[in-house]
Amino acid sequence: MSVAVVDSGVANIASVTAALARLGVDADVTADAARIGAASHVILPGVGSAAAAMAQLRAKGLVDTLRGLTQPVLGICLGMQLLFAHSRESGGVDALGVIDGTVEKLRGGPGMPVPHMGWNRIMPRGPHALLRGVDDGAFVYFVHSFAAPAGRDTLAVCDYGEAFTAVAGRDHFFGCQFHPERSGETGAQILKNFLDM
Amino acid sequence: MLARRVIPCLDVKDGHVVKGVQFRNHEIVGDIIDLAARYRDEGADELVFYDITASSDGRGVDRGWVSRVAAILDIPFCVAGGIRSIEDARAVLARGADKISINSPALENPALIDDMAREFGSQCVTVGIDSREETGDYLVYQYTGDVAKTVAAKRRMLDWAAEAARRGAGEIVLNCMNQDGMRQGYDIAQLRALRDAVNVPIIASGGAGAVAHFADVFERAGVDGALAASVFHKRIMTIGDVKQAMRERGIAVRV
Repeated sequence: MSVAVVDSGVANIASVTAALARLGVDADVTADAARIGAASHVILPGVGSAAAAMAQLRAKGLVDTLRGLTQPVLGICLGMQLLFAHSRESGGVDALGVIDGTVEKLRGGPGMPVPHMGWNRIMPRGPHALLRGVDDGAFVYFVHSFAAPAGRDTLAVCDYGEAFTAVAGRDHFFGCQFHPERSGETGAQILKNFLDM
Repeated sequence: MLARRVIPCLDVKDGHVVKGVQFRNHEIVGDIIDLAARYRDEGADELVFYDITASSDGRGVDRGWVSRVAAILDIPFCVAGGIRSIEDARAVLARGADKISINSPALENPALIDDMAREFGSQCVTVGIDSREETGDYLVYQYTGDVAKTVAAKRRMLDWAAEAARRGAGEIVLNCMNQDGMRQGYDIAQLRALRDAVNVPIIASGGAGAVAHFADVFERAGVDGALAASVFHKRIMTIGDVKQAMRERGIAVRV
């Protein structure tokens, strides 16, 4: 197994590589298209804004590389949002478009400040290899202001005043809106499931 | 429904975890990595590391341990102490911390909060406030890591908290100095006053002494998290004990 973590320049790379190391995987942090293409698994982390992250991917010449990957790909937090067709963040930005849907701002409400930050429950919509061993209502750690509404490619939802996509999957592209690298045993299980694909 | 967070705080001094009574007479209670691993395994929702000498001495955190902590923790953690600039914050976040917390440097230069929120996002920026009840008001203190250097910041806590939130603080940790180390319960009245004044997440600090104190502060002050140090370090209770008591009172907890 060889895992590439895409160095998008605006990411929480250290915590992701540490989580992989705890699973016995020495990941290659790289922005090199050939090395990303040659990996058996690719992780796209991300914090910051969708527009800045897409600009980084374009500047590094990685947009077509990522769209064309055929091995399992896991986007984390903003990295997951980039897998969708479009994000409404910063006035709207086209993203990678490998998963259907548009990323919207969380509505929030009384007692529900945005960003949505902390431990919340996810509800899998049904059995899936990525969610093997994950209980209904398992707690995971979220930090985000935007999310994709539940749609065709939703594998698990979270409820924060509205049901949004917590886990998405289409073909070999997957995404977690939360941070599996900071989500205790549940997060480690999901990362392990991904690496087992 | 977000789970209410139980957060052990590890006060770090010269590479060891220490705890003093009312911020004085610090005693060594253990190794950073050993304690971090223990709290992770007990079910802590997050950890906070304060280098309590850093800000008053004018030196930065020893950042070596931040990487070691990031390597073993699978929960979020925050680093405080001696973070005085964007560059300080960037270095700590790059080593794997999820948040940074600023206290005295924000009082010296409130625009630091704006700058950090713009650079890293509000979710990374916690503002710590040390406050003491005096003459019918809550007043902010500065440089509390060293009793000889502690001074009044000449600000009202509620004013400063509102300003911090307005400038982009993503969370406020309110350490109620009257209660710190006394184990008589959190300062419900002061925390409730803050809850009613700002809309950002609030972490209660200072005074935990019994499992019921945690449930009390969540129910009565409406805080998002509760921080404690000595009761966990000295094994007076485990995090599991605290969460069990919270669950029995119907408070959402991560199990």
